[in-house]
Amino acid sequence: MTTANQVVKDVAKQEYKYGFVTDIESETAPPGLSEETIRFISAKKDEPEFMLEWRLKAFRHFMALLDKEQIPRWANVHYPPIDFQKIIYYSAPRSSKKLESLGEVDPELLRTYEKLGIPLQEQKLLAGVAVDAVFDSVSIATTFKGELAKQGIIFCSMSEAVRNHPNLVKKYLGSVVPYTDNFFAALNSAVFSDGSFCYIPKGVRCPMELTTYFRINAQGSGQFERTLIIADKGSYVSYLEGCSAPMRDENQLHAAVVELITMEGAEIKYSTIQNWYPGDEEGKGGIYNFVTKRGKCQGANSKISWTQVETGSAITWKYPSVILQGDNSIGEFYSVALCKGYQQADTGTKMIHMGKNTRSKIIAKGISAGHGNNTYRGLVRVMPKATGAWNFTQCDSLLLGDQCGAHTTPYVEVRNSTAHLEHEAFTSKVSEEQLFYCNQRGISTEDAHSLIINGFCKEVFKQLPLEFAVEATRLLELNLEGAVG
Amino acid sequence: MLEIRNLYASIGEKEILKGVNLHVKAGEVHAIMGPNGSGKSTLANVLAGHPSYTVTSGEVLLEGANLLVMAPENRARAGLFLCFQHPVEVPGVRLDHFMRAGFNAIQKSKGQEEMDVLKFDRFINDKAKLVEMDRSLIRRSVNEGFSGGEKKRNEILQMAVFEPKVSILDEPDSGLDVDALRIVAGAINQMRSPERAIILVTHYQRILDYIVPDVVHVIVGGRIVMSGGKELALEVETRGYDWIERPDEALRAIG
Repeated sequence: MTTANQVVKDVAKQEYKYGFVTDIESETAPPGLSEETIRFISAKKDEPEFMLEWRLKAFRHFMALLDKEQIPRWANVHYPPIDFQKIIYYSAPRSSKKLESLGEVDPELLRTYEKLGIPLQEQKLLAGVAVDAVFDSVSIATTFKGELAKQGIIFCSMSEAVRNHPNLVKKYLGSVVPYTDNFFAALNSAVFSDGSFCYIPKGVRCPMELTTYFRINAQGSGQFERTLIIADKGSYVSYLEGCSAPMRDENQLHAAVVELITMEGAEIKYSTIQNWYPGDEEGKGGIYNFVTKRGKCQGANSKISWTQVETGSAITWKYPSVILQGDNSIGEFYSVALCKGYQQADTGTKMIHMGKNTRSKIIAKGISAGHGNNTYRGLVRVMPKATGAWNFTQCDSLLLGDQCGAHTTPYVEVRNSTAHLEHEAFTSKVSEEQLFYCNQRGISTEDAHSLIINGFCKEVFKQLPLEFAVEATRLLELNLEGAVG
Repeated sequence: MLEIRNLYASIGEKEILKGVNLHVKAGEVHAIMGPNGSGKSTLANVLAGHPSYTVTSGEVLLEGANLLVMAPENRARAGLFLCFQHPVEVPGVRLDHFMRAGFNAIQKSKGQEEMDVLKFDRFINDKAKLVEMDRSLIRRSVNEGFSGGEKKRNEILQMAVFEPKVSILDEPDSGLDVDALRIVAGAINQMRSPERAIILVTHYQRILDYIVPDVVHVIVGGRIVMSGGKELALEVETRGYDWIERPDEALRAIG
């Protein structure tokens, strides 16, 4: 009979299933960060002058922070110092001309997507999902663009947006996360490679889920994605982001920035499944994921909802937040974070209430196994003019085994006496009694774990679009596979 | 159908079962009575394979197969069912999903067809009528926020769903009011059949007014000290367990 402890050990030992490296000649910048690097990137991307200027300002700000050693240290994560001069800041899959169809894409690249189970081709098209695939740093294929364009929706790579929609980019890039915001945001602003851009015009309800897949590939290269989504008055969009990266020995830095903006009555639903390489059994290797994600409910009655399922990365440092500026605006954050092996996650959200009668809801679920260390860090701030603000926070932790950790660090700052805040938190273990109860009904211990964990995550999973929810459930099951004979 | 031979079991260092012998044939209902701490619930849990208990010696055969070497889930798949005295909550897992997961795991182990959602839904609706269980409970998380009575009904509902060969009911009557007791007992009676055996563990005689046993055993100090017909239960009811603990007097009384 396999004991619960053994199961936990096996779960903790589960290997990363997507570890392989695609052999594609990269066109890369030499390692290191300098004004030349910034100019190289900007020139490569054929950017207008304003973009280069902005990058340079960000670069100077970043170098000043680096000189003063102002790297954020407050998070409950531990890692050796990063040498920013050893990182390669630009790498593009080699292609001499622009690609019009999938047939022109390097077949090696397509095979990688297939191994990852990314249905870039017909299946996905039939399923009605437009895919903007980001491989390393340059977008290689964008589909369904025509269909979306008919409704006035712009969905393209950030590089294209910079060239083709400079006014929108100029107006909104950095308007939610300025380059002065934090250390990693400054770095991203200086060297961002590519990412997605999306604009939904007034009154348009985007007819399909917009999807982007991110991959990290070239050895030693960082990934600095930049995403900007603007939902104009009364519009709606649901955006999905899913990630997986090949196995690596060397730590890879990822510092993305995502900015969302909703005008009056608009809604953005942003869902993420993150499954980057978490490092080996001893915690060696794995992705460092330092991400700044923030949305601004600029207009009244608008809504931004973040849902994330975080199962990968060696280190996750991420706080998808909402600035509730418009009256009656709503911010939501639903999160599941799984830490096994030696993974560390310090994640949560910030809800900044500025407008009247603004509401926010936070549901955070942390699962720790092996030597995993999970921290929820959240801030609810109610500004003096935010009369009638309302917040509900629930953060729950589930422990598998006795070597892992769960921490909860909620911050509350209220400057308006009419605010209403609720906070609930509990920590539990998958109990022997629960497993025995399942076993007694014929359910194996492995299936029982997955049943109990899925039950624990239910409130978050039900926020995901159906297709993604199935994927998330499968991902957790994969992480628990190989547990019992 | 179920044969227990000289079973010894302990929890930690403490020995609780000290040589239990019991033979239950198909079609029979055996009641096991005993004072608190006599080993009644331990026996039920040991048979189902609860990981907290260690069997130190003895043998248990289920239809001739060695039960004690099987993992708990395999005991369930072999047709053994435990109606829990204190069933746990499984937050976020819908009761119907839970039952279907178990039902299909058992079907699969037998190489039989698994039941799809719609078919299973109809199947459990019929079963729910048997225990007069509110349909809304079936869509709630397993035992979460259930009253004591609802938890017991849920256990009996699952017994009806799994249609086990041997059911061990660990105090299915505790905490029930008279009306609930009547419903639970009625459902159990309906499940009596020549192919099935039931072991009913109880502290009180009351439930045996509704479910008439074929044999009554009294367990004291981890051993079955007395067995008899249904009248033994009444004797226990009037004279208390103290009486059994003085065997000479007890034997005289029964004659």
